[in-house]
Amino acid sequence: MELTGAQILIRCLQEEGVDTIFGYPGGRVLNIYDEIFKSNIGHILTRHEQGAVHAADAYARVTGRPGVCITTSGPGATNAVTGIATAHMDSVPLIVFTGQVGLTSLGRDSFQEADITGITLPITKHSYLVKDTKDLARIIKEAFYIATTGRPGPVVIDVPSDITVNKARFDYPKTVNLRGYRVLKKVNLLQINQAANVINESYRPVLYVGGGAIISGITDEILALAEKVKIPVTTTLMGLGAFPETHRLSLGMLGMHGTHYANYAICECDCLIAVGARFDDRVTGKIETFAPKARVVHIDIDAAEIGKNVRVDVPIVGDARTVLIELLARVNADTGERAEWLDRVEQWKQEYPLHYTQDGENVKPQHVIEQIYEVTRGEAIITTEVGQNQMWAAQYYKFSQPRTMVTSGGLGTMGFGLPAAIGAQIGQPDKIVFGISGDGSFQMNSQEMATAVAYNLPVKVAILNNGYLGMVRQWQQLFYGGRYSQTDLLGVSPDFVKLAEAYGAVGIRVERPEEVRPALEKALSIPGPVLLDFVVDREENVFPMVPPGGSLDDMLGGCMD
Amino acid sequence: MRHVLAVTVHNYPGVLNRVAGLFSRRGYNIESLNVGTTDNPQFSRMTIVVDGEPEVIEQVCKQLHKLVDVIKVSDITHEPAVNRDLVLFKVTAEPAVRGEIMQICEVFRLRIVDFGRRSLIIEATGEKNKLDAIEDALRPFGILEMVRTGQVSMVRGRK
Ligand SMILES: Cc1ncc(C[n+]2csc(CCOP(=O)(O)OP(=O)(O)O)c2C)c(N)n1
Ligand SMILES: [Mg+2]
Repeated sequence: MELTGAQILIRCLQEEGVDTIFGYPGGRVLNIYDEIFKSNIGHILTRHEQGAVHAADAYARVTGRPGVCITTSGPGATNAVTGIATAHMDSVPLIVFTGQVGLTSLGRDSFQEADITGITLPITKHSYLVKDTKDLARIIKEAFYIATTGRPGPVVIDVPSDITVNKARFDYPKTVNLRGYRVLKKVNLLQINQAANVINESYRPVLYVGGGAIISGITDEILALAEKVKIPVTTTLMGLGAFPETHRLSLGMLGMHGTHYANYAICECDCLIAVGARFDDRVTGKIETFAPKARVVHIDIDAAEIGKNVRVDVPIVGDARTVLIELLARVNADTGERAEWLDRVEQWKQEYPLHYTQDGENVKPQHVIEQIYEVTRGEAIITTEVGQNQMWAAQYYKFSQPRTMVTSGGLGTMGFGLPAAIGAQIGQPDKIVFGISGDGSFQMNSQEMATAVAYNLPVKVAILNNGYLGMVRQWQQLFYGGRYSQTDLLGVSPDFVKLAEAYGAVGIRVERPEEVRPALEKALSIPGPVLLDFVVDREENVFPMVPPGGSLDDMLGGCMD
Repeated sequence: MRHVLAVTVHNYPGVLNRVAGLFSRRGYNIESLNVGTTDNPQFSRMTIVVDGEPEVIEQVCKQLHKLVDVIKVSDITHEPAVNRDLVLFKVTAEPAVRGEIMQICEVFRLRIVDFGRRSLIIEATGEKNKLDAIEDALRPFGILEMVRTGQVSMVRGRK
């Protein structure tokens, strides 16, 4: 039987087991929306296409299943661009359908035409412009395969409007046939043996774990490796949750706003095992002085990541799960060789803990995060915005489970947190979802409060309201002579409590430290969305901090002096 | 160092975009990029000449590999290969100097493919060095226009 392209599209999504689409309709996708109306697939209408993509992205991050979103052509598609770039930088599997003008109108600057495959070329894993309804099912099959295998990423499918009308036989392909795309299955045992030797010979090893570990679901293996060989573990921002931060061997996060002890350990280690991490400049600081004494083992599914930024002694290309299982079988259990190292690390932890000073009557943002950690018993899904709020969330919430930290690490997209909280809640309806937000970032997608209310999602959003574009202000304070150019928001932001109420949500303002805990408890007892406005110490800074371009052992602030 | 990459890609619209975009985005120094059909209409062959340190070239190859439409990438710099470039020169050729130009053509085995009243079009094929030498030899006469295809390469033997 022949189906229209729109019908085929929906059938394909059903074949892929998609239960929810995030999107926003418009002229060029009317046929698809008509089929959505008739189908049993859930659709979440956000208030902006950027919100739809971020929500789908977060849905993918918390479930491990691909996120699916849809926009109309032209402005709908271009509104999705920031969301696509965000997902691309963080290797999130995403399928983005964009409407497009009809085939015969293509390339004529038609109404609401935008070359979205061209625009998104550098920020997608792959993209398609569908030219024939006959190809649609194959393309969708391939898109899901590409988005979810290897190093995941977003795939854009641009669908001209007549493709949705034209008919073709529907046959969902069972397999894909992509000659230029191979997913690595085997690993090189020679290199794994070499890595095992390097690890066995080490006295001061460190595991450096990135987002790839979460994607490949190897938290158990990392724990086993760390415990067997006695390796302290530090994670990147994207790797938070891959190793329990309550564990004795945890060093917390490394890098620009990492802990002293993680960064010191990197500087002193004789063996660095990188798992699914990419030596980003925010992690390494000055590259020449990164892990100067270490032999480096780098495990990554993406061959192009290996040797991209740092010299590697043992490169291992492959799925981290397979690699770690093989590696585990080849490393020797520690018999005390690393006791000295562990002592030293422990000493750093005692000497230079993360800390802040509760002085005066102001609410400290770090205190808010600590309290959120406590009231949620560390079991919440945390989404963040970007800036100081993001770094405090990373530092003070002790993540212990994978897929619980949802943050825009690679692109650093302000406006991500609120729609991400929505997508996360839809993906994990039984979990507590807490958005950590900034007064600046919140306003970049605050319209999504309407979405949270419309679907009565119990998301809690905590704005750390410092009246500043805080992280930028911090740099201006430290590196620009205190000239706060265009970063002061005090008095020009809306009343967030009233804003929440205007949307039909609950708003709570907190101005004193002792009100923090009761407010959080109250928020959790409310079944719908709650916006908490924490009026925090305005000029609190995120410390420690490695100045841009500095070495990891050259940190500003945060010492208990 | 100059590297020659032989790249087999799917013959889809947009593939050239993806490859060219990769080079410009990541700041790789491309010297020439040539693309054309192959014996199999499904595939195109690109010959890319790129300049860079070995690590950069390795990155280039890995990044090319990641493109879904790229089927095969080989660095054939050190392989025995036939490398060819085609150039057309339009040279001012007043009657007085024509003889001299034609002598140059004979020495280099060039073909004159157009004979105007005041100018000639000369076709040259060969390796880069030879073509550079020809360009130098013709320059004194006045090169009005020059187009170069960019290098195409093929490894010798059965591979
Ligand atoms: C879309 C976007 N624009 C600009 C920036 C640059 N930027 C990084 S942090 C920041 C300040 C964020 O302010 P706020 O949300 O209030 O967070 P705070 O740092 O105060 O916690 C800015 C402007 C960005 N990351 N994203
Ligand atoms: Mg702020």
